[in-house]
Amino acid sequence: MASLSVDIGQRRLSLADKLRGIQWGLVILIAAISGIGFAMLYSAANGSLQPWASRQMTRFAMAFVPMLIVALVDIRHWFRSAYWIYAVALVLVVAVDLRGFVGMGAQRWIDLGVIQLQPSEIMTIGLVLALARYFHCVPNENVGRISRLIPPVMMIMIPVALVLKQPDLGTAMLLLASGAILCFLGGVKLRMFALAAATAGIAAPIAWRFLRDYQKTRLYTFLDPEQDPLGAGYHITQSKIALGSGGVFGKGFLLGTQTHLSFLPEKQTDFIFTMIAEEFGLVGGLILLGLYVVVIGYAFSIALRSRSLFGRLLGLGIAASFFLYAFINIAMVMGLIPVVGVPLPLISYGGTAMITMMLGFGLLMNVGVHRDVRISRRGESELG
Amino acid sequence: MSARENNRQKLLTRRAALLAGGQAVLGGALAARMYQLQILDRDKYAVMAEENRISVRLLTPPRGRILDRFGAALADNRPNYRVVVVPEQAGNLEGTLNAIAKLIEVAEADRRRIMRDVQRKHAFVPLVVRANLSWQEMARIEVAMPELPGVAIEQGLIREYPYGTGASHVLGYVAPVSEKELTGDPLLELPDFRIGKNGVEKALDPQLRGGAGTSQVEVNAFGRVVREIATTPGQPGREIVLSLDAALQEFVVKRCSVEQSLSCVVLDALTGDVLAMVSSPSFDPTQFATGLTPALWQELSTDPRNPLTDKVIAGVYPPGSTFKPVVALAALEAGAMTPDTSVGCPGYFSLGNATFHCWRKEGHGAMRLHDGIKKSCDVYFYETARRVGIDRIAAMARKLGFGSPVGLDIPGERGGTIPDRERQAALTGVAWQPGETLIAGIGQGSVTATPIQLATMAARLVTGRAVVPRLFRPEGRLAPGGDVRTPSFPELGINPRWLALVLDGMNAVVNEQGGTAYAARITDPAMAMGGKSGTSQVRRISAAEREHGIRKGTAVPWKERDHALFISFGPVNAPRYVCAVVVEHGGESGGGGSAVAAPICRDVLTETQKRDPARRVPQPAIAENAPATQSAPPPTRSDPRRG
Repeated sequence: MASLSVDIGQRRLSLADKLRGIQWGLVILIAAISGIGFAMLYSAANGSLQPWASRQMTRFAMAFVPMLIVALVDIRHWFRSAYWIYAVALVLVVAVDLRGFVGMGAQRWIDLGVIQLQPSEIMTIGLVLALARYFHCVPNENVGRISRLIPPVMMIMIPVALVLKQPDLGTAMLLLASGAILCFLGGVKLRMFALAAATAGIAAPIAWRFLRDYQKTRLYTFLDPEQDPLGAGYHITQSKIALGSGGVFGKGFLLGTQTHLSFLPEKQTDFIFTMIAEEFGLVGGLILLGLYVVVIGYAFSIALRSRSLFGRLLGLGIAASFFLYAFINIAMVMGLIPVVGVPLPLISYGGTAMITMMLGFGLLMNVGVHRDVRISRRGESELG
Repeated sequence: MSARENNRQKLLTRRAALLAGGQAVLGGALAARMYQLQILDRDKYAVMAEENRISVRLLTPPRGRILDRFGAALADNRPNYRVVVVPEQAGNLEGTLNAIAKLIEVAEADRRRIMRDVQRKHAFVPLVVRANLSWQEMARIEVAMPELPGVAIEQGLIREYPYGTGASHVLGYVAPVSEKELTGDPLLELPDFRIGKNGVEKALDPQLRGGAGTSQVEVNAFGRVVREIATTPGQPGREIVLSLDAALQEFVVKRCSVEQSLSCVVLDALTGDVLAMVSSPSFDPTQFATGLTPALWQELSTDPRNPLTDKVIAGVYPPGSTFKPVVALAALEAGAMTPDTSVGCPGYFSLGNATFHCWRKEGHGAMRLHDGIKKSCDVYFYETARRVGIDRIAAMARKLGFGSPVGLDIPGERGGTIPDRERQAALTGVAWQPGETLIAGIGQGSVTATPIQLATMAARLVTGRAVVPRLFRPEGRLAPGGDVRTPSFPELGINPRWLALVLDGMNAVVNEQGGTAYAARITDPAMAMGGKSGTSQVRRISAAEREHGIRKGTAVPWKERDHALFISFGPVNAPRYVCAVVVEHGGESGGGGSAVAAPICRDVLTETQKRDPARRVPQPAIAENAPATQSAPPPTRSDPRRG
């Protein structure tokens, strides 16, 4: 473990300085959102801490200290190990294909004994770290060159392809979008995005052939959920009924009929937002949305105050993936996009998602704590 | 910091702003969608959520009871116990079934059905292992229940007929609703609903059925009932009071059991109340309610004695000599005959080239109306029919209730046929032959009637009114001392003198020496009956047979033997009750109406007059208790004489 204190120029950043530098407001926000999650998991179990709420609380507690440690470790340590973390995540993603077992119709998990690890989620952080480091190191004059674009595109496409093959459409979309946002922030010319979009347009029919039947069905279902209300369209139809019937103020805590009578599927994981909106109505949904906006705003302000490109990219990348998680999940349960199976950050029941999210926020705080640290292309400290 | 570095930072800041803008747009889209779903479409989704969770279940109402005129239950509802198993609670279903099979009999077919159903239904849906448990079987299950998780005993109602086969044709039976009986009424679709399939059960099904109760329950996505929200009890079916006297019915059933196949009906001649109505052999309606085995159904439906048919209303027979009062009345009314017109009977009657025989080969000698009826002389009625003509006979017959259903309100009644010239021409195109009038004059040929029509005729003869039999008593049970208000029927418009003469002849049939049914008279003068016997041919008697003497009794195959009929009324001086008996194919002995049917009438009318169900309400002990324990008097038979 790298030292917890660091020199910046003349001023030495002590552990106490760092602790002061942590954005405690953000910590409180994270705890508040997680608290909403615990309450909803309590409700999902018909008013019981078992089996979800208590385990989710344990995970939060277990991830809380590592989050702070991640925030306090010298940012240059993360800079130097960015590619390694990416590589380890990639190995894990490959590993699920080899020794993962089938969960929910897809090979997504590695059983580490303590938790079931979902490497594709770890990959989101690995990808953000690796791309942030890459664009930090690319000389400004070279950033527009196509040759300089090949490594980041590879970095994005390899995990996307592997995750798509698992098959996990949602996480693949998420990785692709996060990667694209980092490229955009990293200064890649806009015409390159146009080129990529055109390529994707041509490749889409080919990719269609690699989609699993259930993924195709989900896309069809998305286009017309009423077509098959008791089959594949059941989830989304029931979710919309639950949301709509919640009205302005909702049916009350523990009183959501759709969720408690099991009409709503996967209520503790992917469809937990539906439950919030059913029990607390439009008001509850907007409050949660507002909390997410505040978190993202916090993340933007932290990122933009960083003096290093790495820090800015890392902070914005984490903010972007947090946004993407929330947006994809909420849009999905409201029938705006296909059902793709992305968790609602900090709220959905799930070990890897919780830990990934917390470690991501640890890195974000790290950027805030080390906002004045300048980083050379090789990861050395530069005088500010 | 270099300028380039600075530029890049500006680019990043600009792009971060763009990113934030994009996120704001997407976040706004989420909020807008929430507004759309939760504000604009809220009502629609709220209704859908309620429909999801609330399920209305119908509760089968108890079916109305059917009572006799004194209030004794003819059809009732009995609790029916069935053992069910809930697969999810049972865990090891196979093992549970084995354990149950050790206690009660479980058929292999039931076991297969359960193992099949468990695959198709939710694990919390109770599966019926066996219905119709006896008390012992139920007790055995109850005792073992602590060791049998998921096993429960459920109670339902099943239709029960305390008199068993006794009134099955009148009452009919109930059975599960068939596909074509579905009307869209959801009550009919309930698995334990039974619909009336015949008799009173069918005719009054709408009243007996009652109204379904509802139970609003909250169900989850799998259909499991979470809790009950509200229950509206069903409206029980109406109680129906019949005109029958259950105890008399029971007596008649027993009395009739000595013959293979017969029908017997007893009416209150004044009110038309059907007091007893028996068609034998019969069937057990309870077996239809609990489920009939294919073997039993096969047996019932192929029996030549038609146990499933109510022969009282659907058995159509040539009335034979019981038709002679009709012919006599037609002639008297028309003035074609007077009571004193004498007809000589040499044993046969010639018309053109044809010869028509009297049942008594040696002939009766000079016959007038009184003796013609008393001795049932065929030649007398050949001549009477010839004089009056078929059309006037037919008109009188219809006036007395023949030729169309009398209108008993249960399904399946047939009308019989009364021919006349016009009808014959319309139906066959062949002109009516004078010889056919003679045949009709002795109640043969195309003249046919049902037992209920014969009884109706007797009731109309003794009252002179257009009595219509009835099975239902809309006014309910019989008041003590008899009904104050009785149905009043219009006068038939037949000269009472002629009616009296015909009744006098019928009195002579039974009570005068030489009458065809003298042997079957009732010796108690207060209960004496009058009547008319009849023997109707099932097949033509060939010349050869006539030559060698008609084969008697058991020499003829059962199906070819003559029918034996008798109509009667009593007491003879103030008639109140009438009884008609038709023994298909003459009963076991092959004897005629006076020998086979008249003794049954005698015993039934004696019992009827003793009980006097038109006026007297029996002691509650008799009325309320199911099958009375009267034993049928031994059937007495006199020499077979043809009537």
